[in-house]
Amino acid sequence: MASQVLDVKGLNCPLPILRAKKALKDMPAGATLQILATDPGAVKDFEAFCRTTGNVLLESTVEGKVYSFVIKRAA
Amino acid sequence: MPDDVKPNAKRMSMIVTKGTLDWAYPPFILATTAAAMGLEVTMFFTFYGLTLLKKKLDLGISTLGNPAMKMPMMGMHMVMPNLVSAVPGVDAMATVMMKNLIKRKGVASIEELREAAIEAEIKMIACQMTMDLFEYTMDDMIEGPVLGGAATYIETATKSEINLFI
Repeated sequence: MASQVLDVKGLNCPLPILRAKKALKDMPAGATLQILATDPGAVKDFEAFCRTTGNVLLESTVEGKVYSFVIKRAA
Repeated sequence: MPDDVKPNAKRMSMIVTKGTLDWAYPPFILATTAAAMGLEVTMFFTFYGLTLLKKKLDLGISTLGNPAMKMPMMGMHMVMPNLVSAVPGVDAMATVMMKNLIKRKGVASIEELREAAIEAEIKMIACQMTMDLFEYTMDDMIEGPVLGGAATYIETATKSEINLFI
């Protein structure tokens, strides 16, 4: 169960990344953020975002048109 | 330096030269995303890019001379003939259509992206020379950007891994 859920359904690039970054900023290290998005580009974007920032992409799934990502905030 | 930018972070600089609504997107999207990914970003606004720093943004697009501008209209993609853009109101209509399309697709407005850029403490420099050229003053512009010249930009660029000209 993620500590926090961020709903960016209906929003397009770069908003999912920007909003996720903002949410992660205020979270303690180790906390998890679940992001719900409809932008298909977000899949690769969150992979790249995590690789570059050191945050961990724990989960990347899709259910119908909704993509779900779970990211663990790095130290 | 913004506090989520680590000391050995990569740096990106960009020269922003265009001020139409469509061209406003690449610099702000790239800059805000790079900042969100931990890069230290500097944007140098010059020529028509200066309009992106105005307090009140009034960005438009023109259908003139852009054969690549095929807009989704009436179920298909249509190009507006050049002659039509000379008709009063056509460019304004194209701008409104573009803005509606942007809103409908959940794309951020330029205002929102610019706000995000300021929040991310992205460094913004307004080209002194073109400010003088177009008789703009810093009072016309939002709070935050500083004035600078070519040498200021070049110095930033020598220290940046990524340098873009938009």
